[in-house]
Amino acid sequence: MAAVDLEELVRSTGEWLRGSGPESDVVMSSRIRLARNLADYPFISRASPADRTEIEKTLREGIRKLGEAFHVSYLDVSKLEGLDRQFLVERQLISREHADSEGARGVAIDDNEQVSLMINEEDHLRIQVLKSGFDLAAAWEKINAIDDQIESFATYAFHERLGYLTACPTNVGTGMRVSVMLHLPALVITRQIDKLFRSLQKISLAVRGLYGEGSQAMGDFYQISNQITLGRSEEELVKQVSEVVPSIIDYERKAREYLVRESKQNLHDRVSRAYGILRTAQTISSEETMHLLSSVRMGVNLGLIPELQIPTLNQLFIHTQPAHLQKLSGSELDTADRNIERARYLRAHLNTEDGAADKN
Amino acid sequence: MKCQKCDKTATFHITELAGGKPKELHLCEEHARDYLAENETTEEAAEPAETLGQQLAVGQTVEQLAKLDKQACPVCGITFFDFRSKGRLGCSHDYVCFEKELEPLLVNIHGETAHTGKRPKRSPTDTDRLTDLIRLRKDLKTAVQAEDYERASQVRDEIRRLEGDKK
Repeated sequence: MAAVDLEELVRSTGEWLRGSGPESDVVMSSRIRLARNLADYPFISRASPADRTEIEKTLREGIRKLGEAFHVSYLDVSKLEGLDRQFLVERQLISREHADSEGARGVAIDDNEQVSLMINEEDHLRIQVLKSGFDLAAAWEKINAIDDQIESFATYAFHERLGYLTACPTNVGTGMRVSVMLHLPALVITRQIDKLFRSLQKISLAVRGLYGEGSQAMGDFYQISNQITLGRSEEELVKQVSEVVPSIIDYERKAREYLVRESKQNLHDRVSRAYGILRTAQTISSEETMHLLSSVRMGVNLGLIPELQIPTLNQLFIHTQPAHLQKLSGSELDTADRNIERARYLRAHLNTEDGAADKN
Repeated sequence: MKCQKCDKTATFHITELAGGKPKELHLCEEHARDYLAENETTEEAAEPAETLGQQLAVGQTVEQLAKLDKQACPVCGITFFDFRSKGRLGCSHDYVCFEKELEPLLVNIHGETAHTGKRPKRSPTDTDRLTDLIRLRKDLKTAVQAEDYERASQVRDEIRRLEGDKK
């Protein structure tokens, strides 16, 4: 199992921001994760440093032995610098909790960043599969196969009646979280978003921001996921989320059509101003960048900015995040310097698109 | 279609899912905005893990709760109080030894108490016997620390036997 080349990873975009796949004008990515624990070790909160080391070793070695067919590389997260850990969080390859915790832990990542296996997170193992666009069926098929392969060397904690046992009772049973990341700018502008969330909560679906639990809905990105993990099969959970997403896509598209029909001038103005600021600003925060890129992304999807492509924009979303920006510029920067560097990066990348504006 | 509240064209079509039966609303932009603002709630939906403790406390007297809080898992040593305050369990045996106490919580979160999905092919039934290994490894550590090598060697044999069973 090779080590991950972080420098190479920095320059790519990552699966979930590739901007392809079904319904990718609204759906950024589909994700499924499974929480698993080894039967013969305590959960993380009661694991001694020696236990943690053993758990890490058992899982790492086991994954390595699955062989080349598995195509994963391994990162020892406990040995990484804070900036590199933050970078992996921004990339959605590890969780914030995993980045910030202590002791033996690691992550195995596959070549195209679709698979991540976090060792010693809240549970001993968190398997995650990410797909661009709306493609939960493919994600389930893939993660189910990976789970079977892991099981060839690991004995999972399992209870006859309760299913897979997890550190938090909110995950017990299937241990599965099915989520879809949506870009919903028009529902935000038309103020229908809270309405939608309340309807989703009534059918036990959770809504979170871009980086999971407790995070702000930056850039109008929202994750919809199942709350219930016990008493329904994995297929039923996939189905529940799969069935609700098309109507949300439909709402968002209708809201976009409405904006085009009823206030095209306002919309075009909003999109153009956002584009203008991004192309000319001299210092800009991460939040403002996300907010403006969100408007521009919608504008591109509605054909208002013909010279820009969605993959370019998606790359800007990720490359202007604090850790990515610092990795790309090759130096650690404080907030003020990051804001200057971010503005410079945006100007350089948005002004080359049509070749018209100067590079300053 | 006209707005249900004025003569303007209805451009917002809202479906209310409250109360079981969907209710259709057709409103102009202005009235839709008013309607949505009215229904806006500021309270954030709390994350389940953070409210676990409170949910458990419902329907129990102070004495019952105090007694319950002192109960400890024989394998990992976590008390029910530890779980209530942190929302995280200590080992898989907690699901067995706190089974009764956890049940109302599971009903609250999931509405169900029985798993119906995938089962491991390797060990499709209870793996609880393997939690003995957790306890034994702890015993081994204690025995070594106390320089009780006779006990340590017994425990080590027991661990090897169980680890052999696992495979």
